[in-house]
Amino acid sequence: MLSVDRLRKEFGGVQAVVEVSFAIEAGRIHSIIGPNGAGKTTLFNLVNGLYAPSGGRVSFLGCDVTGLRPYELAARGMARTFQNLQVFFNMSALENVMVGCHLKSDTRLLPSMLGWPSIARGDRATRARAVELLHEVGLDAWVDADAAAMPYGALKRLEIARALAAEPKLLLLDEPAAGLNPTETREIDRLIQRVAAAGVTVLLVEHDMRLVMDVSDRIIVLNFGRKLAEGTAQEVRRNPEVIAAYLGTAAAQGAGSRHA
Amino acid sequence: MRLRGLMQARTGGLLALALVIAVLPLALPNNFYYQVAVLVGLNAIVCVGLNLLIGYAGQISLGHAGFFGLGAYASAVLTAKFGWPAPLALVAGATGVALLAFVLARPILRLKGHYLAMATLGMGIIISIVINQEIPLTGGPDGMPVPGFALFGLRLTGDRTWYWIVGGLLLLSVWLSLNLIESPVGRAFRALHGSEVAAETVGIDTARFKVLAFVVSAVFAAVAGSAFAHFAGFVTPVEAQFLRSIEFVTMVVFGGMASVFGAVVGAAVLTALPQILTAFHDYEMIALGVVLIGTMILMPRGMLPSLAALTRRWMR
Amino acid sequence: MSSQFVQFLIAGINAGAIYALIALGFAIIYNASHVINFAQGEFVMLGGMMTVFLLALGMPLPIAVLLAIAATAVAGMVLEKLAIEPARGASVVTLIIITIGASILLRGLVQVAMGRNFHRVPPFTGDDPIPVLGAALLPQNLWVCGVTVLAVLALRWFFTRTMWGKAILATSHNRLAAELVGINVRLVMLVSFGLSGALGALAGVLIAPITLTHANVGIMLGLKGFCAAILGGLGNFPGAVAGGLVLGLAEAMAAGYLSSQYKDAVAFVLILAVLFFLPGGLMGRGSTERV
Repeated sequence: MLSVDRLRKEFGGVQAVVEVSFAIEAGRIHSIIGPNGAGKTTLFNLVNGLYAPSGGRVSFLGCDVTGLRPYELAARGMARTFQNLQVFFNMSALENVMVGCHLKSDTRLLPSMLGWPSIARGDRATRARAVELLHEVGLDAWVDADAAAMPYGALKRLEIARALAAEPKLLLLDEPAAGLNPTETREIDRLIQRVAAAGVTVLLVEHDMRLVMDVSDRIIVLNFGRKLAEGTAQEVRRNPEVIAAYLGTAAAQGAGSRHA
Repeated sequence: MRLRGLMQARTGGLLALALVIAVLPLALPNNFYYQVAVLVGLNAIVCVGLNLLIGYAGQISLGHAGFFGLGAYASAVLTAKFGWPAPLALVAGATGVALLAFVLARPILRLKGHYLAMATLGMGIIISIVINQEIPLTGGPDGMPVPGFALFGLRLTGDRTWYWIVGGLLLLSVWLSLNLIESPVGRAFRALHGSEVAAETVGIDTARFKVLAFVVSAVFAAVAGSAFAHFAGFVTPVEAQFLRSIEFVTMVVFGGMASVFGAVVGAAVLTALPQILTAFHDYEMIALGVVLIGTMILMPRGMLPSLAALTRRWMR
Repeated sequence: MSSQFVQFLIAGINAGAIYALIALGFAIIYNASHVINFAQGEFVMLGGMMTVFLLALGMPLPIAVLLAIAATAVAGMVLEKLAIEPARGASVVTLIIITIGASILLRGLVQVAMGRNFHRVPPFTGDDPIPVLGAALLPQNLWVCGVTVLAVLALRWFFTRTMWGKAILATSHNRLAAELVGINVRLVMLVSFGLSGALGALAGVLIAPITLTHANVGIMLGLKGFCAAILGGLGNFPGAVAGGLVLGLAEAMAAGYLSSQYKDAVAFVLILAVLFFLPGGLMGRGSTERV
């Protein structure tokens, strides 16, 4: 589904992502973890097209998509949420999700300006779909609300609804549980599993270890912009280098299990 | 805003506007007032278009008077110097402006904030300087006369006739604008205003939509400019100058950004205001400056949204 | 070197120095408050017009000039207190309109007080041209360049050696952090506007003897000064000076060798070129948005 090959990103003198390569299979939930500053969000931005890589390639659904802009990747079936919310605060919750359906909407200028009935019909369908999606993520109570009036936890789910509106094949979730309490985190956990069960491949960046270990089929560990380890939850948990990166070398020496 | 509320606001607003236009002549004592009304209407058309760019798509333009002037001069030059029929000249002017706006839009709209403001400002000033300097073609600073507007052999002259024409054009502009805003294109505009990054991620080619908003608003301005040229019978480079661009932006912001009717109200108030302020004679600039500063500080979201918020609070 | 070229050079450096002063004024305010002060040109106008006013009251030229500069500095501070501070946190467009309103207000006040006529200001030390390489150098040109150099040096000293200067720089880099270390940010804003007002007025009094002054002289000067500021990278002090000089010279050369009709357009064509190809200005740097 998605593969990155020796991906690299430099900002001035800072090497944010260095020679990262991995492959994501369809239908699974993959997570990317790593200490703060490991380059996880930068990696996402590279995959998503927000940053142009300094080197390396990104391949999606069998095509080389290196350097394509985010909207082109969206057209190919990639969707994403943001660590620091990028909600459209100038619109209602419903409209936020409706924007998610942009790629399926009629955006011809003249019919739009002349108010052709087909546009209105399309809008009604989009509206219905948006209401459905808000229900799926558990935001029924906020259907008529302005995005600016919603609490943080709801906004996180709103972003997921918006990302799902485009019926993506790959969903990139950037710290979906950040700032959420344990109850809300469990809800996101279940939501992610529902999404994956519906056939969407999920790639997750997360700090919350319980969520990650719970939900992921495969985990990729980053540190200082490099891939440190890759494997199942079990394998990664026991990898001494991973433990060292998170907890320090003393803890790694204490673990002493076989390397995946 | 809920859909139903929006729909009601929209049809209600259109009806109210149509009503005002239909009934206003009863309150206009003489031709001078008709002329002011026509000017209000023309400014409102520019502002409705500009509002799409500034209020909805969240960009800035300090050079839209350039497009207004180009529309005016296109009509003037094509009819006066080349004998074209007026409707053809208008369409040609609008098309020319659309092309120019399209060419300029992509590089300009890559900029943001102050830099974007400055680029549009530069564009507007260059246009006005060219109009000023190409004396053989445009008559330079002294301006040039414009023949009347003839449609299918019917000559449209007279302040009252123009009142109805511009009133109709204004209603049309508002209707087109409202349609656009409520469509997926309009949502795309608002999305790129809300968060360009998220808009891109969701599949919106933000560059394309910014260009679209820019070109549409430029065409509105050009058409209004052409109408103005025939109405006034005379054009001068003043119509394209920097201060005019500022006036347009001020009307949009004053009336309320992201509000089509706000743009109309803003145009009405700020066109009529200097006429009222001539009573102050020399003090009109001082008064205008104070009004601008005062409204921006006290009603930063513009008149209509601020008044709407006030009424909502009052009614609770 | 042809005498024509020298003449253009003189005109260019002269204009460049004035643009540099105006651009510095923009840069100081922009750095302190992220506001583009569209009224900057009116500070220039006030410098010249107030000098005329004070001269008419019978004051000697040096006193009139100094008082005019001081008064404009005060006007700048009043502008900050009454129009900018109340609008803290407003959007870019709102702030632009506020400063434009201020510019209209100032012009209106001056028009009421002094009419729309053109006024003459006597040159500082006479107007007998000095022949230089076949071209005519006015004593006032020397004043313009000399004082500008002094002003730039003084500003450099101010910003790198004095507490106040450093406080202003700190505020421009990070307002919150500056507040947290005890800098009175509101006072810094006030001083920034006062300083810009003084710089603008300085430009105004320097140039007034060469070109007549009138109530509307500030509009174009302000805009071109703004172009110079952007040329050098908005908020960049050495850039503002460089931008001013580049603009002045480009204008003079274009007017001399290409077309004097389109002289005014040079600034704006340059600005468009810079914005399209070098968005950070000749010396500025781009910025990345954190996602």
